[in-house]
Amino acid sequence: MIWLDTIVQGLLLGGLYALFAAGLSLVFGIMRLVNLAHGDLIVFAAFLILVVVQMTGLNPFLGALIAAPLLFAFGWLVQRVVLNRVLGKDILPPLLVTFGLSIALQNGMLEVFSADSQRLRAGPLESASVDLGPVTVGIMPLLTFASAVMVIFALNQIFYRTALGRAFRATSDDPVTASLMGINPASVFAIATGLAMVTVTIAALFLGMRSNFDPSIGPARLIFAFEAVIIGGLGSLWGTLLGGAIIGVAQTVGAQINPEWQILAGHLAFLAVLLVRPRGLFPRAVD
Amino acid sequence: MITRRKLLRSGAATGLAMAAPGLFAPAIAQGAKIRLGYVSPQSGPLAGFAESDAYNIDAFLASSAGANFEVIVKDSQSDPNRAAAVAKELIVDDGINLMLVASTPETTNPVATTCEAEGMPVISTMAPWQPWFIGQQGNPGDPASWKPFNYAFHYFWGLEDVIAVFLNMWNQIETNKQVGGLFPNDADGNAWGDPNVGVGPGFAAQGYTLVDPGRFQNLNDDFSSQINAFKAANAEIVTGVVIPPDFTTFRNQALQQGFNPRIITVAKAILFPQSVEALGEAGNNLSSEVWWSAQHPFKSSLTGQSAADLAADFTAKTGRPWTQPIGFIHSLFEVATNVMGRVTDAADGDAVAAAIAATDMNTMVGKVAWNGVGMPPFAAANVCKTPLVGGQWRRNADGTFALVIVDNKTAPEIPAAGTMEALA
Repeated sequence: MIWLDTIVQGLLLGGLYALFAAGLSLVFGIMRLVNLAHGDLIVFAAFLILVVVQMTGLNPFLGALIAAPLLFAFGWLVQRVVLNRVLGKDILPPLLVTFGLSIALQNGMLEVFSADSQRLRAGPLESASVDLGPVTVGIMPLLTFASAVMVIFALNQIFYRTALGRAFRATSDDPVTASLMGINPASVFAIATGLAMVTVTIAALFLGMRSNFDPSIGPARLIFAFEAVIIGGLGSLWGTLLGGAIIGVAQTVGAQINPEWQILAGHLAFLAVLLVRPRGLFPRAVD
Repeated sequence: MITRRKLLRSGAATGLAMAAPGLFAPAIAQGAKIRLGYVSPQSGPLAGFAESDAYNIDAFLASSAGANFEVIVKDSQSDPNRAAAVAKELIVDDGINLMLVASTPETTNPVATTCEAEGMPVISTMAPWQPWFIGQQGNPGDPASWKPFNYAFHYFWGLEDVIAVFLNMWNQIETNKQVGGLFPNDADGNAWGDPNVGVGPGFAAQGYTLVDPGRFQNLNDDFSSQINAFKAANAEIVTGVVIPPDFTTFRNQALQQGFNPRIITVAKAILFPQSVEALGEAGNNLSSEVWWSAQHPFKSSLTGQSAADLAADFTAKTGRPWTQPIGFIHSLFEVATNVMGRVTDAADGDAVAAAIAATDMNTMVGKVAWNGVGMPPFAAANVCKTPLVGGQWRRNADGTFALVIVDNKTAPEIPAAGTMEALA
């Protein structure tokens, strides 16, 4: 019974990781840009939702609805003004820029919001749970998982069913040829980053309701998100969901054996997948 | 051996002082201000501890005694390496006469170690004394090799006090004495969770059994394995030393998975009212150790303010609720003033160190005297213990929380305002 519970809790945890990873996967898949500031952007989004909630008195879900377009604009601007300038053959400059962005964001947030531990309050929903026979699962983790599936589903629809998605895929495969066909890679990248920031908003919503956040906790969220992306394979969004689930289950199973193995088990699962499938489980494009 | 001090003294005599006039001038000139160096984590994850720094330093400099001092403040950025670097800067570049340092072993230890090596007297506080004293030893694993310090002095409480306070609180409520422990893989978690010198043996002495599933990483996203282990052991008490985000995750998951202990007593996570408010209703009746509160019956030797006055003044000036570190930061400057009032030459580090050792005064946080009371012999010269009691957070109707002292057996002079209540 404990094992069933462990696996269910692991899957739900995987939903959280997949949610963290969705935006990263999108940006990484389209631009080959490893955004080291992703974790800090999640925390930044959580603070923005908090500000909206405090100013309007809305509940966090509605607050996120207001914050999402603002963050889309923020992402669009960052890509246009900062990141597009450094994207090129060399992968190092954009990496360094996102690293700098991470530090600037952390300290900026510390200056504005102080080091206080904050939280998005969701009322009785926080501790509510449903009894599913052999296991009891929290409503909040269930919602997190459902949102992760929905986010991935929506991104996939955009990717494969719209003109914008075709532009994304074309630019991802070959930016030079894509631009010959009348696509402006710079603006495609800006929209992609904006879209990534919308998924970041959703991740921030669930992070903020699940636990406390303060300006310094961003980077710790990055590593699992990154591993989920790699396990899933470059550019595969469903792969990212599966990657998150694999890490989540590996962590809870590891922790059930011994809590000291929780994080290690996740990393070992990551290494094991890389050994068997060096390009991840479902790589979309050939690099 | 040429120490920094000897070099400075002979340097001054041979006119080397001319080369670096800024370094010596204040110490030599009569009536010049005494320079205090102060290191604390003003930014980064530990910044909550330092939120009252600016308030306390301004108040100190505005007091009549404070007029004789200059305080040079450095930010450790919550980073031990940075703390050591700024300590060195203060000693070498700013020519301070006395170092003050506060807030967690990550700040106090590197600064105290640097000062000890440089022969600079240092007064430190706000870190349990075991990690402070033992953590600075060359070989923490071998008690025989531990040496006292010549220049480093510390006042706070120790693990034995926390154990006593927790047990006194738990004894007020009928339980099955099964205790679940949440100890992360960090300096505090490893010290508390150590099977030989941690809290376990202390609990066992009074019949409490500690269930310790093992160390976990900070910023953990999932506590199901701990919850399953506590459920299996039928734990009615949960304790530990966890960071606020992890405690929130644990508390919510425990509620979701139907684990409802009668008592939760944790250190660190619920130190600040903001962290407790973040828990909402789930924060009511959580208990913790209390080192200072607005109800402590102590008075400032600097301003004559009572603890309640200081807390009220802080809230009035900053618009923020009082927190436990406020009293301790205030007391650091009390001790510094008292020490400097008893030395003739502030630049004589050995005389200042001797004056610190001879301190015997009442401060905002209680009596401070390095007389070795209640301390094992190896650390008696360097550590002074301040009182520790137990408190519970009670939720007010408007969603704010008040810390109520519920157990004072360890320090009867501090009034208890209530008795321990079980969690709903």
